[in-house]
Amino acid sequence: MTDVTNLEERFQAKIDAEQKIEPKDWMPEKYRKTLIRQISQHAHSEIVGMLPEGNWITRAPSLRRKAILLAKVQDEAGHGLYLYSACETLGTTREQTIADLNSGKAKYSSIFNYPTLTWADIGAVGWLVDGAAIMNQVMLCRTSYGPYARAMVRICKEESFHQRQGYEVMSVLAKGTPEQKEMAQDALNRWWWPSLMMFGPSDANSPNSADSMKWKIKRQSNDELRQIFIDRTVQQAEIIGLTIPDPDLKWNEATKHYDWGTIDWTEFNNVVAGNGPCNKERLAARNKAHDDGAWVREAALAHAAKKAKRKAA
Amino acid sequence: MTEQEALFTYLLRLGDDLLILSHRLGEWCGHGPVLEEDIALANRALDHIGEARNIYDHAVKVEGKGRTEDDLAYLRNERQFVNTLLAERPNGDYAHTIVRSFLFDAYHLPLAEALTKSSDEQIAAIAAKAVKEAQYHLKHSSDWLIRFGDGTEESHRRAQQALDEHWTYTGDLFVQDEVHQAMVKASIAPDLNTIKASFDATVDRVMAEATLKRPADGYMMSGGRQGKHSEHLGFLLAEMQYLQRAYPGAQW
Amino acid sequence: MSDDNKNNWPLWEIFIQSKRGLEHKHVGSLHAADAQMAIENARDVYTRRQEGNSIWVVPAGAISSSQPDDSAMLFDPADDKTYRHPTFYQMPEGAKYI
Repeated sequence: MTDVTNLEERFQAKIDAEQKIEPKDWMPEKYRKTLIRQISQHAHSEIVGMLPEGNWITRAPSLRRKAILLAKVQDEAGHGLYLYSACETLGTTREQTIADLNSGKAKYSSIFNYPTLTWADIGAVGWLVDGAAIMNQVMLCRTSYGPYARAMVRICKEESFHQRQGYEVMSVLAKGTPEQKEMAQDALNRWWWPSLMMFGPSDANSPNSADSMKWKIKRQSNDELRQIFIDRTVQQAEIIGLTIPDPDLKWNEATKHYDWGTIDWTEFNNVVAGNGPCNKERLAARNKAHDDGAWVREAALAHAAKKAKRKAA
Repeated sequence: MTEQEALFTYLLRLGDDLLILSHRLGEWCGHGPVLEEDIALANRALDHIGEARNIYDHAVKVEGKGRTEDDLAYLRNERQFVNTLLAERPNGDYAHTIVRSFLFDAYHLPLAEALTKSSDEQIAAIAAKAVKEAQYHLKHSSDWLIRFGDGTEESHRRAQQALDEHWTYTGDLFVQDEVHQAMVKASIAPDLNTIKASFDATVDRVMAEATLKRPADGYMMSGGRQGKHSEHLGFLLAEMQYLQRAYPGAQW
Repeated sequence: MSDDNKNNWPLWEIFIQSKRGLEHKHVGSLHAADAQMAIENARDVYTRRQEGNSIWVVPAGAISSSQPDDSAMLFDPADDKTYRHPTFYQMPEGAKYI
């Protein structure tokens, strides 16, 4: 019998050699648990994320925008599905994973607990929220767990239009009527800081980061990714004439990065803890969909069983 | 009424059916009974809205007054929409949604097939694309209706109830007024009696497999083609048109 | 399958052929009540961007897999048999079409 230390060494050697870990490979229990937690949170975020944007499908201001938004929110459902599938390769079922979401036990990205108040929020969500998510997702295409990495490659390919459509919405508003421009600026003001929070706590306060980096689940730290996002987004805001709501924002010639203000971590912690503006609505909506759908799922199974029985007879 | 006016009205009828139904299906997005089905419904909604846009695009050219597809969708009021009553029925439970789509698909597929032979080349081209989509839609909705009918006791009950409630709106699909007769005469549109025959055959076939009872053809609601709708449409339009109405002339 | 799983749709592995003449490639998995539904779901989930020409669906439980621990035994013996590759052979200079 091989002892665990030896197995762990071999496992780490594989990771260090940039080999992917596949479902049937031996893996430390904590690696498995970390992945299940991260992938399921990621999947839940896609699914819950459908709600604030789905809100506006029925109110999209043109047929073109309506079709784009529908296709985008549909993609999020697909992405949730790919991720739930990746999670299932680790020995969980989708049912269990979803039950954890619906009971409030599992987390999802807190950003989706903020409301989409105006049409400009659809632009801001695409531009900033998807923009921030993509930073993470591109990194995760190289994550060490094979099924997760493959799901991310597919997701990144599909996601590439999401941020662009959001930025397009914003740029059209920014050069529209004064009211539209105000709407765009207001959305940027409300979504900027929550978007920065999406990268998670700063490295010093990120409890799971060290293991995740060692195991190459993550490859760049929260702070690194956040900084790249800021550097890119500031320029994009300038081009369309919108102002980033951070008085401390300043280009630093020495570091070649923007210096910026401070995140309100009290707000972050409160939204994570369930006190955000829409936490209850989001969970209630997911639970309702799940409960209302129970008879539909049962009916399909019952019919499949009847058909199989008739075929066997 | 000139033939051009009749054609414009006919195109609005075709387009409005698809836009309104697509809007209803879009309401499901994020709330479906299972993830796979959420995606399927969105695909269907996207097919419908795509076809609606093609039709509106043709309609504004026929009209020749410089209007756009969005003018048609967002700046007409309740009495100017000429969709069939079935399309605006609220989503209800999933059985209601599936039955509404099934009844529409059973009409839409043979209609699209017939329109591929329309003397209006643009309509024929739009229909040629729509046929493939409509085939899949009908398969999807029939499969689900069969699952419900021949599934559990609860699903059977819900499906039968949805059928009974929706049936009275199916008559509106086959109303042939002056506009429609002008279209038939110009070989632009088919005689709806032939579409009805195909609709009946589909319904009978699926009802049999689903072990559901085809409702009796009692009194049928009508009026959609004349812009006489249920109260539901006004709310739907209020929501759909809100931004265009609140910010007149703005670009999005 | 565990008890709390019996009310759930089974898992299917999906293989898509993107073009006629190419192989069917594993693209991921999904849930469906039966094979027919699995095909329809696969169409909606995995071919939204013109990726599809043909779909295979296989119940996930029906797939048997080699064990990672056996991989040395299974695959290493092929390492030293480079004579199976055409580049192993030296051709006389100037010979054509070979």
